[in-house]
Amino acid sequence: MKLAEDVAIVAFSQTPSYAQFNNSEPAMIMPCVNSVIEQAGIDRHDIDFTIAGSSDYLSGVPFTFVMNIDAVGAWPPVYESHVEMDGAWALFEGFVRLQSGDIDTVLVSGSGKCSPGSYREGFSLQTDPYVHAPIGLDPRTQAGLQAQALIAAGQATERDFAEVVARSHANAKNNPYAQLSGEPSVEELLAEPYVQQPLRRHDCPPTSDGAAAMIIARADKARELCDSPVWIRAIDHRIDSHHPTLRDLADSPSVRIAADRVGLHDGPVDIAELTVTYSPEEVVLRRALGLGAGTAVNPSGGPLTGSPFMAVGLTRVIELARAIRNGDGRRGVAHASSGPALQQNLLCVLEGDG
Amino acid sequence: MAPRPCAVLGIGQTKYKRRRDDVTLDGLVREATLGAVEDAGASFDDIDAIVIGKAPDALEGVMMPLLSLCDALGAIGKPIHRVHTAGSVGASTAISAVNLVESGMYDTVLTVAYEKQSEGNATWALSGGKSGGQGAGGTFAPWIRNYIARSEAPEHIGWMVAVKDRLNALKNPYAHLHLPDISIEKVRESPMLWDPLHFLESCPSSDGAAAMVLGNDDIARKSGRPPAWVISHAKRTEFGQFPGRDTVRPQAGVECSEALYRKAGITNPREQIDCAELYVPFSWYEPMWLEGHLIAEEGEGWKMTDAGDTELGGSFPVNMSGGVLSSNPIGASGMIRCLEAANQVRGTAGEYQVPGAKISIGHAYGGAAQYYAMWMVSSELNPEL
Repeated sequence: MKLAEDVAIVAFSQTPSYAQFNNSEPAMIMPCVNSVIEQAGIDRHDIDFTIAGSSDYLSGVPFTFVMNIDAVGAWPPVYESHVEMDGAWALFEGFVRLQSGDIDTVLVSGSGKCSPGSYREGFSLQTDPYVHAPIGLDPRTQAGLQAQALIAAGQATERDFAEVVARSHANAKNNPYAQLSGEPSVEELLAEPYVQQPLRRHDCPPTSDGAAAMIIARADKARELCDSPVWIRAIDHRIDSHHPTLRDLADSPSVRIAADRVGLHDGPVDIAELTVTYSPEEVVLRRALGLGAGTAVNPSGGPLTGSPFMAVGLTRVIELARAIRNGDGRRGVAHASSGPALQQNLLCVLEGDG
Repeated sequence: MAPRPCAVLGIGQTKYKRRRDDVTLDGLVREATLGAVEDAGASFDDIDAIVIGKAPDALEGVMMPLLSLCDALGAIGKPIHRVHTAGSVGASTAISAVNLVESGMYDTVLTVAYEKQSEGNATWALSGGKSGGQGAGGTFAPWIRNYIARSEAPEHIGWMVAVKDRLNALKNPYAHLHLPDISIEKVRESPMLWDPLHFLESCPSSDGAAAMVLGNDDIARKSGRPPAWVISHAKRTEFGQFPGRDTVRPQAGVECSEALYRKAGITNPREQIDCAELYVPFSWYEPMWLEGHLIAEEGEGWKMTDAGDTELGGSFPVNMSGGVLSSNPIGASGMIRCLEAANQVRGTAGEYQVPGAKISIGHAYGGAAQYYAMWMVSSELNPEL
């Protein structure tokens, strides 16, 4: 990917993945915003552009993002925008904006509260309103269809799904932000009842509230603000057809295109932080991304151990940046997803400094 | 690196109507998109990325609708993202698409905005999802009364704007309202909705979609289509409520226009800009924005309206297409302002063309008059001011 400007993450912050955050959405975002401003050592008025990702339907109130600017501050007036998407797409637009070279810093955030509503009912309204939504084709049902497609294609078994869950929960033991963790055995997991065959409860994400924020900057500014910038080498996102019958659910063409566009295999992929909302999705993503044994997948535990929708994708980028900063790897990929059964996918390649 | 130059190369609009029950949501956005792609002399293969915008999802009851509309938009295998910045969203979406081109990462970008208000209840959604809410008119009316008190404007100014924009709309085949017998008397005698706003001083509730194809300088030269160069754009946001806030002339609006003019080197907007498409959902917002966006001095905006300066044929025409007062699919309304500004400098505005228009602005605002998005387009990349 040919870029006009090098861009780095200079500060990042996330809330824990809460089962229920008993305060407003701005109250959840504000500590993250304050933290990244403090880390960068700047005044909030020094931020050139702010962009947020959130969803009205999660909170059940039109214009959720209008209240959320309380967490950022908008007096004196600010240069600001919002995407009705996961914060990872706010990062995309912020990154693109920096390429014009006329501004230096962007504050990116993502936030969502799933706890007030019914996740399955709400998200079924993401589907085509004429054919799918009336029959309640919710994300879990589509995840189940995807799991069945994998099994039918001989690409996975229920044991593979359980192994994803067991590893995710074990990894999450070291993640203070995770909502779930533990050391379940694969046998124990397979002994659990189905919630929607072939999915068991643990194959599905917990209901989570959470927020995440980061500051990204052009190269010179990044070095000024931060001793260990994490470089965003490439970012790309692609979408597949909305209609399950027009898709091969066992594959992800959009991920393959994005992986090619970001030059995923132009270097080693030490770490992959993937938005595996349902355990079978990891099988699809590993294959589409072409990940081998040398890549640590979801060392944070991933969304199966905490899934604050609208922040969860941006959180993957943060978890990867943290791991790179900690020296757990030098180069990796973060993945965000939107829509049922991995319909839309974003990839972001990060690399450590030096 | 300097931002890559960006031009509007294709424009598409649907017919705006109370109820477009002849099309699905997919059909609605497809109609505008096909228009824009054809107008650009392009095909879907030429589109590198798509930016879509609309007001709250609750207006139609579809959550994150880009997911179900991507097939109709030809977006499969491509980047598509969705902007939502309240009423300003149509213009914000266009500006986000400009950012994609200016970044150098995408050569040709499709941008689409729509609303199908007949699917839901706009006043409910605009009242924060509460029944019995005050809606937009109820929010703005006290501020309009404040403007009238401060500026000592006579009450007929609002009626004049309502008539002028509807007469302009008669020249625009896409406009929702075609009211050939509109008159000052009819506006004045129409029911009072929110004092001082009469029924005919308020925007309609429309179904419709708007789209543009944007390209960088290379694409613009190759296309052979008349370009509208996006020579400047700006966005500003402020809190909707705080003690001491000037709701008549919000600071975010002032600063947004200052940033817009500064980037283009505009020092005298009234003289250097040929015409404007301003977001005027309620009649009085014409003089309020003329002042709030520094086209007129404070207290002088209504005098421009009163003198006929803002009429088609006046010295500073405003809302030549008929404006939001004649068509209001909320999420698209800001984009319509932007593309109508582009129509003027491309010379493609048909019967409502301002002769020789070289520089024009498109504007939108949203929320509690707290979100601003503006762009400036020109027939030339580096116009002489």
